[in-house]
Amino acid sequence: MSIPILELNDVRKRYPVGSRLPGRQRRFVHAVDGVSFGIARGETLSLVGESGCGKSTVGRTILRLTDVTSGQVVLNGMRIDGLSPRGLRPYRRSVQIVFQDPFSSLNPRMRVRDILAEPIRNFGLATSAADLEAQLVDLITKVGLRGEALDRRPHEFSGGQRQRIGIAKALATRPDLIICDEAVSALDVSVKSQIVNLLADLQREMGLSLLFISHDLAIVEYLTHRVAVMYLGKIMEIGSRRQIFGAPKHPYTKALLSAVPVPDPEAERSRIVLEGDIPSPIAPPRGCRFHTRCPLAFTRCREEEPVLAVQAEGHEVACHLTEAGN
Amino acid sequence: MSAAPDRFPDSAVGVIAAPEMPDILPEFTPRAGVIGFLRRNPRIAVGGTILLLLLFCAVFAGYLGTVDPAAIAPSRRARPPSSEHWFGTDMIGRDLYSRVVYGTRVSLFVGFAVALVASGIGLAIGLVAGFLKWVDGPVMRVMDGLMSIPPILLAVALMALTRGSVGNVVIAIAIADVPRVCRLVRSSVLSLRELPFIEGAVTAGSSTPRVILRHVLPNTLAPLTVQATYICASAMITEAILSFIGAGSPPDVPSWGNIMAEGRMLWQVKPFIIAFPAVSLSITVLAVNLLGDGLRDLLDPRSATKA
Repeated sequence: MSIPILELNDVRKRYPVGSRLPGRQRRFVHAVDGVSFGIARGETLSLVGESGCGKSTVGRTILRLTDVTSGQVVLNGMRIDGLSPRGLRPYRRSVQIVFQDPFSSLNPRMRVRDILAEPIRNFGLATSAADLEAQLVDLITKVGLRGEALDRRPHEFSGGQRQRIGIAKALATRPDLIICDEAVSALDVSVKSQIVNLLADLQREMGLSLLFISHDLAIVEYLTHRVAVMYLGKIMEIGSRRQIFGAPKHPYTKALLSAVPVPDPEAERSRIVLEGDIPSPIAPPRGCRFHTRCPLAFTRCREEEPVLAVQAEGHEVACHLTEAGN
Repeated sequence: MSAAPDRFPDSAVGVIAAPEMPDILPEFTPRAGVIGFLRRNPRIAVGGTILLLLLFCAVFAGYLGTVDPAAIAPSRRARPPSSEHWFGTDMIGRDLYSRVVYGTRVSLFVGFAVALVASGIGLAIGLVAGFLKWVDGPVMRVMDGLMSIPPILLAVALMALTRGSVGNVVIAIAIADVPRVCRLVRSSVLSLRELPFIEGAVTAGSSTPRVILRHVLPNTLAPLTVQATYICASAMITEAILSFIGAGSPPDVPSWGNIMAEGRMLWQVKPFIIAFPAVSLSITVLAVNLLGDGLRDLLDPRSATKA
């Protein structure tokens, strides 16, 4: 693996909750609790997990929309977690985001032209007015819309078209990494596949890296190179697509995969149904975070927290069972 | 069904032809241009027209058959309306028509000026308070404090501190309205700043002032415009109240509140003295409110009440 575009080292983010009265101990939501991974150039890493497991927060810390509590965010070899907002601005160019909701991610009062031109102007990426215009046309055609779209406003477009505009906006700064935060979750199935294909094409064409945050495992399997499975702010298992989908090791990963619908009514399926809800991230369970719902939990899981251990080349699992089993 | 066979003479026996559907829906072609716009927004049309007429009166008050509104004529006191004095004369013989027409100036000026000043200041404070957390608490508590004082009492108190002039009236009323604008703007900023397109602007490299001016500000203007028209209407009333109780425009400036105050003593015998300025005020406030409702329906279709 060459130098990664992005590296997270033990990133933690906690939010204070409840009373701020003195004398009362403050409690915290541990949204992200020690996450580390890297993304190589041109690679897609998918972050999957249930709602509230902290996957979006990870994306936001990379964009510095949220500051990390501790840990390092290294972008192109440069630590960005401690930079001031002003010092950070030049580095913003290399990471962009595509949001989930295509209806609130574009300023309704701006024309598409101005929406796309804003990042180009901010980073001084156009040498002249003609150059800017050429870039705008190039962007809008790249995402499969026509040049006329530039002079319209967001409300004149459908959800899928808006998401294309959102992608064009993310591409405008010529980033190295695009974070897709549930970027296709709000779209209809047919539109969804178009957008996923567009992303895949753009990635091939431009050598982009993608951090694909999603709970839709079918799309993840179609599009990704590597997968990281998160549960309650921690990565439970990380590995290549083949390792995760072909030979999942962690009981949580297995349970997630067994919940993916199979398009064959006759198929025999053994569903692993998890009991109970996700425990509160304010007071995560002792030991393995998953032990309260894990069908295979044993004594050690309740006392000792497993750490990510290498199973195979690039395949890491945080589970006592795999440690013992191998 | 009896008519059906006639329309389809060649149809096979047993086939029941559906009767032709009448054109229930006339073709919808929205008319372009100003006329079409006004037809679709009758409240804006009515309110706007009345306001334009009033504005015309205010600007050209000297050319509308008026005489000097301050000229007294002790021999012609409290005359009822006649061809010579269209609205009659007041208790010191001043021509009421002229005074009411000139009074339009004060009312409109105060209404518009208060709306502008209060929205401007409220917008600035609200934007900052909504965007910067450390400013928010202190500033909004001050605003709450201001709001706890009844606006008219606040205005009376402020007028007591200064000399009676139209400018001071504007400032006194505007100060009482700033907290309301401020709250409105702050609340829209608070909901806007959580929207992805604001965060998208941040990741696109826009500086905070730029995010506020390009992305937040334009999206707060619609509710603010509506609020401003209501402020305008209430400011006109407040000005009249202040003038009525003698804490508003100075006595030498004819304002509707003044005129009503002066007609107060005679109202049982000469009700027209109080009626003409009162009706003018009502019409003006109605026009502004109509315009405001029309704008609200236009700018915020969710709360629209379809007539």
